[in-house]
Amino acid sequence: MRVGLFITCVNDTLYPRTGQAVVRLLERLGCTVDFPTAQTCCGQMHWNTGYGKRIEPMVAGFADTFAGYDAVVTPSGSCGAMIRDNHPRAAARAADPGLSARVAAVVPKVYDLTEFIVDVLGVTDVGAYFPHRVVYHPTCHSRRLLGLGDRPTALLREVRGLELVDLPGEEECCGFGGTFAVKNPDVSTAMGADKVRHAAGTGAEVLCAADNSCLMHIGGLMDRQRTGMRVVHLAEILASTAG
Amino acid sequence: MSSREAILARVRRALADVPRDDDFPVARDYARAHVAEGVLELFVEHLRDYRAVVHEVAEDALPDAVAAAVGRRGARTVVTPAGLPAAWTAGLAEGVCLADGWEYGQLYEDSINNRPELVEAAGILTTHALDTADGVLTAAAVGIAETGTIVLDAGPGQGRRALTLVPDWHLCVMRAADVVASVPRALERLDPGRPLTWISGPSATSDIELNRVEGVHGPRTLEVLIVR
Amino acid sequence: MTPPPTFLGMPPFPEAARSAVSNPQLRHNLRKATHTIRDKRAHVVGELSDWAELRAAGAAIKDRTLRRLDEYLVAAEAAVTAAGGTVHWAADAAEANRIVADLVRATGETEVVKVKSMVTQEIGLNEALAAEGIRAYETDLAELIVQLGDDLPSHILVPAIHRNRAEIREIFVREMAEWGVPAPPGLTDEPAALAEAARRHLRERFLSAKVAVSGANFLVAETGTLVVVESEGNGRMCLTLPETLISVVGIEKVVPTWADLEVFLQLLPRSSTGERMNPYTSTWTGVTPGDGPRDFHLVLLDNGRTDVLADTTGRQALRCIRCSACLNVCPVYERTGGHAYGSVYPGPIGAILVPQLRGVASGKVDPQTASLPYASSLCGACYEVCPVAIDIPEVLVHLREQVVEGGGHRAERAAMRAAEWVLDDAKRLRTVQRVAARSRRLLPRRAPGPGAAWSDSRALPEVPARSFRDWWVRERSAPPPQPPAASPQPPAASAQPPAEQNRIEEDDR
Repeated sequence: MRVGLFITCVNDTLYPRTGQAVVRLLERLGCTVDFPTAQTCCGQMHWNTGYGKRIEPMVAGFADTFAGYDAVVTPSGSCGAMIRDNHPRAAARAADPGLSARVAAVVPKVYDLTEFIVDVLGVTDVGAYFPHRVVYHPTCHSRRLLGLGDRPTALLREVRGLELVDLPGEEECCGFGGTFAVKNPDVSTAMGADKVRHAAGTGAEVLCAADNSCLMHIGGLMDRQRTGMRVVHLAEILASTAG
Repeated sequence: MSSREAILARVRRALADVPRDDDFPVARDYARAHVAEGVLELFVEHLRDYRAVVHEVAEDALPDAVAAAVGRRGARTVVTPAGLPAAWTAGLAEGVCLADGWEYGQLYEDSINNRPELVEAAGILTTHALDTADGVLTAAAVGIAETGTIVLDAGPGQGRRALTLVPDWHLCVMRAADVVASVPRALERLDPGRPLTWISGPSATSDIELNRVEGVHGPRTLEVLIVR
Repeated sequence: MTPPPTFLGMPPFPEAARSAVSNPQLRHNLRKATHTIRDKRAHVVGELSDWAELRAAGAAIKDRTLRRLDEYLVAAEAAVTAAGGTVHWAADAAEANRIVADLVRATGETEVVKVKSMVTQEIGLNEALAAEGIRAYETDLAELIVQLGDDLPSHILVPAIHRNRAEIREIFVREMAEWGVPAPPGLTDEPAALAEAARRHLRERFLSAKVAVSGANFLVAETGTLVVVESEGNGRMCLTLPETLISVVGIEKVVPTWADLEVFLQLLPRSSTGERMNPYTSTWTGVTPGDGPRDFHLVLLDNGRTDVLADTTGRQALRCIRCSACLNVCPVYERTGGHAYGSVYPGPIGAILVPQLRGVASGKVDPQTASLPYASSLCGACYEVCPVAIDIPEVLVHLREQVVEGGGHRAERAAMRAAEWVLDDAKRLRTVQRVAARSRRLLPRRAPGPGAAWSDSRALPEVPARSFRDWWVRERSAPPPQPPAASPQPPAASAQPPAEQNRIEEDDR
């Protein structure tokens, strides 16, 4: 199976470790992974901020870049949801039947990393080792838009050495919300502070999630508050092995 | 152009994208009822959940049950609507019943509310008279088990809406045969042309810290006699 | 002209929110109340196995109605008239207020009792009546708290949600005597005692009231029946005891048939107060001689609703049945309360309804209104609980586009254009990443200027030495990667190379 990795612009630029972990993990699970370098961004920031009419080049770019793969895997719930829910809408609005067809062809092949591992590869034990106390934060878009359900925790429960503890109020948004974090910094911070408080209250060392944007916000707050906790992308935990 | 015509024209303009013969489908694949058995038990459970006092009685024990309830309450005057079976109040001492003469559908002068002589002639109690009564005894039209609701439809023995509103204690007789499982089943039985009051427990509010507190403006005690 | 359903002089949302999130009493009251109601709602919604089907039916009935709204309105008018009521049409708030004031004056009365009604708040009816020398008494407990406290409502269902029991007691003790029956001596802050005080305060006013004003939850087109859903009995008092009843109803409140209520009377109570059924529901059709008011007037109100209807994406907001489940579950509302939204319709539904009622599509709205579509992290909790499936995040994004098209914010537009220039082309993206990486040691962890909005409370992420792209091109591009084994089985936990890689990346940061 030929897997195209959509790393996302945020991971590409700020969190290469996550992308490297995805590559390592998928190769360990027997996949041939490719990173088509023509990829850029899904257009989510523009779409959600009110500039959706300007993302046509990004939508077209995505559809063309990933047209030839059996599966497109992304380690970001919100980018995955953006592609699945909004690329068809954006293409429809561009009134270009050709673009709509190309988008329609690629969208069903797009998977969040955990969907791909659990549903397509049929694996929950990825052979990982991560000896830490961990809480999982189901980010809003991975939970409500992608509907990842218990896939991430099913994967985490099989990780050796990992102690998974429940995160109180896990269904609540962390307050990132893309440009919301800077347009409404006070509310965003208040929401994030509660998320950090809940996480710290569990005694966990690590908070993990399937989206680095939310983790950038939560981790930024943890850092400022000197909580002694850290954030780690789920993919990095799943890629870790004993050594 | 009148505002009526202006608003309707604006609506039509706003719906320029919708075909005039639009027939938007409504899938009614929800349940007609969520329970098939144990309807009466559920009705009782849900009434009690909302702090109604519930007794189950046999038909022939009803007069005694009414008298016992009035006695427990210490009520000296109880409003009774027109059409209430006389047997229900047979166990009460003379003078306890305060009869209201209003009947649904009877022809009234349209100013009945405003003319004391007509009110008196029809034997209709004033609002202030209702306010001094200790309670009200009524029948009911329909009971809904899933929600613990009693519906009054101004039929015989139920009276006009004010009767069950102003006195602080409502004693309601509900026939088991009139208890249905669900809201859809209740609506099938009710006539929208009549004034309806749906009652689910005593008056309550959630306005203080979003917690339910019983007892604001309506009757603060709802007591239900279920006749099997 | 559509007078704005707004609290005059409110600052834009981010500014109003800043003071709200810093108010510990408010935060505590809101957290407690919203979490209480969330749990109750979840419990009673969980009791119905067909909730998804009811929700879909609720949305479809509303859509069906909206798509032929003119016909249903005309049918409702005919049915109400046939049942002895009088129907009035009001294009905007001013006309509705004028109609109500004239109707009250015709009775010779100078006081009216009111059932809690969002739409009369929207049109500012109390203030308009006051200007005509008519005093309106709010009778819902929470509205009473707001009125006595000279306050503004902050929630659709529970307008005094921002007040706790101690504050309510204080308001009662201080203000009740000014308005009528004073608070009983020795009043405690027990909710039951506070409810009792309200009962005593309003009792005589109900018994002697001649004119009442209400809204309605539903108007059945087929029968002309109005429905008011309430808890305390103040609604029944107002709908039953006075001689004249005036109901002001938004044109979107119509439903086609009596049977349609079987859906909404299941959806609404469970979504709003988290009860299987609210204590009292009243339905009436025109007038019933000897039972209730002898004069019934229905005022059908547009006030911007036809503008909402004209927007094919935004029109779903007119499905709203004002349950307020979206407020109770919203993480933003929970932390700011309703006042920050600067309107009688706060929370997620307010953030999509108010800008539309105020005409955001025209491109000419004030900064406060333009800030509302951004008062959301797009987390989707509101859509999840909405009993009529209004996709609030979808409409929020749609309205953000309208704000942008109406001029938006210049600095933001420039930043977005710059981002497009980078993100439309992978080579440009790589160049920018390399420049950032080269200067990464110079980048501060607190940003100046607009970046401070982030870094005042959150550390900035460190820029890595190499982007993923650079790593891939250098390490993996050629030759193509070799899968370690054809086996889909995960390797033994003792495999060495991944751990090695882990360490390499640590150095790579």
